[in-house]
Amino acid sequence: MNNSIELIPSQIRRDILRMVHAVQSGHPGGSMGCTEFFVALYFKLLNHSPEPFNMDGKNEDLFFLSNGHISPVFYSVLARSGYFPVEELNTFRKIDSRLQGHPTTHEGLPGIRVASGSLGQGLSVAIGAAEAKRLSGDKNLVFTLHGDGELQEGQVWEAALYAGSKNIDNIIATIDANGQQIDGSTEEVMAMGDIGSKFEAFGWQVIQITDGNDLSKVIDGLTSGIKHSGKGKPICIVMKTEMGAGVDFMSGTHKWHGIAPNDEQLENALSQLPETLGDYPL
Amino acid sequence: MHSYINSGHKDTRSGFGSGLYHLGKINPKVVALCADLTGSLKMNAFADEFPERFFQTGIAEANMIGMAAGLTIGGRIPFTGTFANFSTGRVYDQIRQSIAYSGKNVKICASHAGLTLGEDGATHQILEDIGLMKMLPGMTVISTCDYNETKAATIAISNHSGPVYLRFGRPKVPNFTSPEKPFLIGKADILTEGDDVTIIANGHLVWEALQAYNSLEEIGIRAEVINFSTIKPLDIKTLLKSVKKTGRVVTAEEHQRNGGLGDSISQALSLNNPCPMEMVAVNDSFGESGKPDQLLKKYGLDAKNIISAVQRVLKR
Repeated sequence: MNNSIELIPSQIRRDILRMVHAVQSGHPGGSMGCTEFFVALYFKLLNHSPEPFNMDGKNEDLFFLSNGHISPVFYSVLARSGYFPVEELNTFRKIDSRLQGHPTTHEGLPGIRVASGSLGQGLSVAIGAAEAKRLSGDKNLVFTLHGDGELQEGQVWEAALYAGSKNIDNIIATIDANGQQIDGSTEEVMAMGDIGSKFEAFGWQVIQITDGNDLSKVIDGLTSGIKHSGKGKPICIVMKTEMGAGVDFMSGTHKWHGIAPNDEQLENALSQLPETLGDYPL
Repeated sequence: MHSYINSGHKDTRSGFGSGLYHLGKINPKVVALCADLTGSLKMNAFADEFPERFFQTGIAEANMIGMAAGLTIGGRIPFTGTFANFSTGRVYDQIRQSIAYSGKNVKICASHAGLTLGEDGATHQILEDIGLMKMLPGMTVISTCDYNETKAATIAISNHSGPVYLRFGRPKVPNFTSPEKPFLIGKADILTEGDDVTIIANGHLVWEALQAYNSLEEIGIRAEVINFSTIKPLDIKTLLKSVKKTGRVVTAEEHQRNGGLGDSISQALSLNNPCPMEMVAVNDSFGESGKPDQLLKKYGLDAKNIISAVQRVLKR
């Protein structure tokens, strides 16, 4: 299993780059940084049934992407795990597409349960879904992903306080700690301090993933999160990643937050990423 | 004289509380969230009887709105409760993205709307909420006039699939609609029939419009008073049918002119049947502290102002 799952991230990154290149817009940096997270979740850990997609997700784990701008990685992983045809990736950000710039339920794309893009809202929605699961005796879990810059939004801390105070222990929130945001590093723009300590102070159990671009470490960290669930505390995983991971000239800088590669850059990037599952047709 | 009898002053928010409690008993899907205003919103009965379905979110309205959106995922029907100001202006982006754009079946229930909130003053007296909510695609917007109508509307919106904004108020006001009358979303209610002028009102100003009807009748003016409790979708059919008879319209509401009921009526008339119209509404200003009746008088929203507006529109 692990042998075959390791082939997936390279293909996901090819999808991300080809999608944003085709429309010369979108957010490749954060998408590439979170590729291993999405692969670990959707191809190994999440209890989910892609087909037919059920909005209510009863007796399934749920996932909410709060930092919706990294839609390319979300779309690629949803398509590659069977929510919709892989060919549809070539409609990303084009007119009449279900693959809007930021994820939405509005066009009926399977796998999306709430719109996100305006930052800071996903944790609250996930807590509501987690409360709904508790109410109906559904033991499955609710997973979320947030950017570290996104934590600057006040609503995140309203939600964090609620989950800690009300012992919402069926939620696992992962923070993509890449240390970057649009205007520069988080250190320059708005120093985040110790994110884990902040969540601990709000009553969360905190788990660290020291290298979020090492698939086995991500799987271990998420597995540890799952083991700690159901024990009276919400789980926060602080996952250190490199924005733009997987391509040498894109890695570790905020420059590729919302910039698409040109033809030459795409060719260079793709040469660093083996085609493992077959590219989607343009 | 119109035939509506005040069965006793009651607050509209208690109608909401009673409707919500009734829903708690008959529909296990209904859940409620409140941001530290359980007593003010009259949600205690629901919270006490169904504690597992009641979510106290603390003073954190953005989180409450997001949670409500999430609770729909799993088939629940969430009712959020806080003051109108904190139900709309404070959380506009959360409602826009997580509820309206996401098509979530959340009922946003808002008390203490408008000037009649009274002594707390302008910080809390939102007069822009209907405009904010009606601009959101797919949002149903309702402003009820008394206890009975608020209770009926609370029950009715649980059967409507899609986001709803339900607006009501703080003070005790005449309770005059029938307790037996079911609430029909999107259907205006003709309270008095008349040929000279159509008076369109909602919320607390419906009773003022009925008082104006009596005074106008004494001077030989027959007004057709219509309660437009649903602002969106607007009952254009009832509007046009009445205007065909009267050819004159006065609107009355506890809201800014911009974005309110009168604004919707004006648009509908301009597009379908232009005719003289006057608006009784707050004219681009904030409110202030005072007693509800003093405020309605000072800001030109009482029966006397409706009568003046009728006289103006009849001269045009």
